[in-house]
Amino acid sequence: MADVPDNAPEHCPGTTSEQAGKSSSCEGCPNQKVCASGATKAPDPAIAEIGAKLSTVKHKILVLSGKGGVGKSTFSAHLAHALASDSTKEVALLDVDICGPSIPRIMGLEGEQVHQSGSGWSPVYVDDNLAVMSIGFLLSSPDDAVIWRGPKKNGMIKQFLRDVDWGDLDYLIVDTPPGTSDEHLSIVQYLSATHVDGAVIITTPQEVSLQDVRKEIRFCQKVKLPIIGVVENMSGFVCPSCKNTSQIFPPTTGGAERMCADLNLPLLGKVPLDPRIARSCDEGKSFLNEVPDSPSAEVYQNIVQSIKDYCSNRVTEEQSTT
Amino acid sequence: MVESLIQNMEQTNDGGLAQVRHVVLVLSGKGGVGKSTITTELALAFRHAGKKVGILDVDLCGPSIPRMLSIGRPDVHQCDAGWVPVYADAQKSLALMSIGFLLEDPDEAVVWRGPKKSAMIGQFVSDVAWGELDVLLVDTPPGTSDEHLAVLENLKKHRVDGAILVTTPQAVSTGDVRREITFCKKTGVRVLGIVENMSGFVCPHCSECSNIFSKGGGEDLAKLTGSVFLGSVPLDPLLSSSIEEGKDFMQSFPNSATFSAINSISQALLSSLQND
Repeated sequence: MADVPDNAPEHCPGTTSEQAGKSSSCEGCPNQKVCASGATKAPDPAIAEIGAKLSTVKHKILVLSGKGGVGKSTFSAHLAHALASDSTKEVALLDVDICGPSIPRIMGLEGEQVHQSGSGWSPVYVDDNLAVMSIGFLLSSPDDAVIWRGPKKNGMIKQFLRDVDWGDLDYLIVDTPPGTSDEHLSIVQYLSATHVDGAVIITTPQEVSLQDVRKEIRFCQKVKLPIIGVVENMSGFVCPSCKNTSQIFPPTTGGAERMCADLNLPLLGKVPLDPRIARSCDEGKSFLNEVPDSPSAEVYQNIVQSIKDYCSNRVTEEQSTT
Repeated sequence: MVESLIQNMEQTNDGGLAQVRHVVLVLSGKGGVGKSTITTELALAFRHAGKKVGILDVDLCGPSIPRMLSIGRPDVHQCDAGWVPVYADAQKSLALMSIGFLLEDPDEAVVWRGPKKSAMIGQFVSDVAWGELDVLLVDTPPGTSDEHLAVLENLKKHRVDGAILVTTPQAVSTGDVRREITFCKKTGVRVLGIVENMSGFVCPHCSECSNIFSKGGGEDLAKLTGSVFLGSVPLDPLLSSSIEEGKDFMQSFPNSATFSAINSISQALLSSLQND
């Protein structure tokens, strides 16, 4: 996909496209000469650098959803916690939601700052084996807004992948913003020289959410990103006082179950609504440690196990093909 | 005859917004907090109050409003003044323009980078022939990026009354909305007020209230930032299913607590617009 510079006109064909420097919208663009010379059509050298940097990362998992507020960050954070509960595994969580970074709060790291070291930016550690990186660590106040257009956001994501001292990792989990735009194209493009295990897609049961999630699935197919499976979040609510279940977000079109059957995708699990999940996230604690015996925690553990199995199967598959 | 011709030309130059009295943005730093739901319900409430309302849906990657108003995927027509919006009712009191109408396949992903989105929004905002409207509500995607800047750049030529900010009660959400308030300050958009959505759930079986996404965060945020608190809307399965099926919740459930919550927010908003 094309890269578009900050100062490009609206209809910029992208610096790597065949039309670069030649299309009618290139007239008057300060980059026209460079583009026309063909120098920009070479692949971004950062892709190879990122490939080298992340060669010591065994598994890379993206968490995606076309819809906002369905629980991508909550899921990413708890996937990271669950994977890191095995102290022999090194886990990192990267938040590429540039305009709405929630990961610092959910991981209990609000107000933390990133440190510069000889080998790059040091991520912030929750535990010895759980590292976190987010633009939230670069903002000086909780009022700071990141009012950036696409190209600047892409630059930040590139830096997160290339310039952070990740070290040897078993798992790198990438939490994304909603949609199918700059951040998503960039992360897939920048990771193209590495091996990405796949994407976990998060949705809620309603059609209003599924209709956006289907677009995200299309996106994955377009960019050839394997889908590990779908998680249905906020799936029913059990009243703590009378134990009756209410469908607060009703699956009017059959929910994720029907969508997965239609599109032939694995459904990893359905996580019920639980006020204790939201509370744990606000307090920056792991819900899995706070209430390990709750129904939601149990579903989470099963989902995490499926993801682990998927990742290790992929490794065996590859070893047998090479 | 000549006069009306000139008047027509002037309208065309003002991009079809000439007869729109008030323009209100619906913003949130956080996704999935109910921007589109609140936009839809406010529009319906305004209509019930006898107003002519328009909705501009600029969420390119996830347009939800057409489904919420049960408007499928009609063909959009053009007239001399630009795109003709689609009307949700025979009286033409609720007009809608959404990017969803222009997509060929509803499952197709709009995989566009910023500059292309900005160009599309620029055209969208300036080329819809809204006609006479009391209020135009602009539903936006989450964040503070290309779409928001493009909307503002193109609406500035006209006039923006201000923005309402939607949040859910948790700190994870109000934290993002706090950044959105900074965005408003930096871009010179007046904050008309904050709405807290998904505020508590009353069990239909035992009437026990559970605060699934905590409670009171929106009001606290309003106090902290010196903004007006417009009110809170509870979690209500009847509202979710009305939204899913594109039914008019405001007409179907006039006795519910959710109805009175939305109604009082819409009245507060209308009076703040009219006193301006």
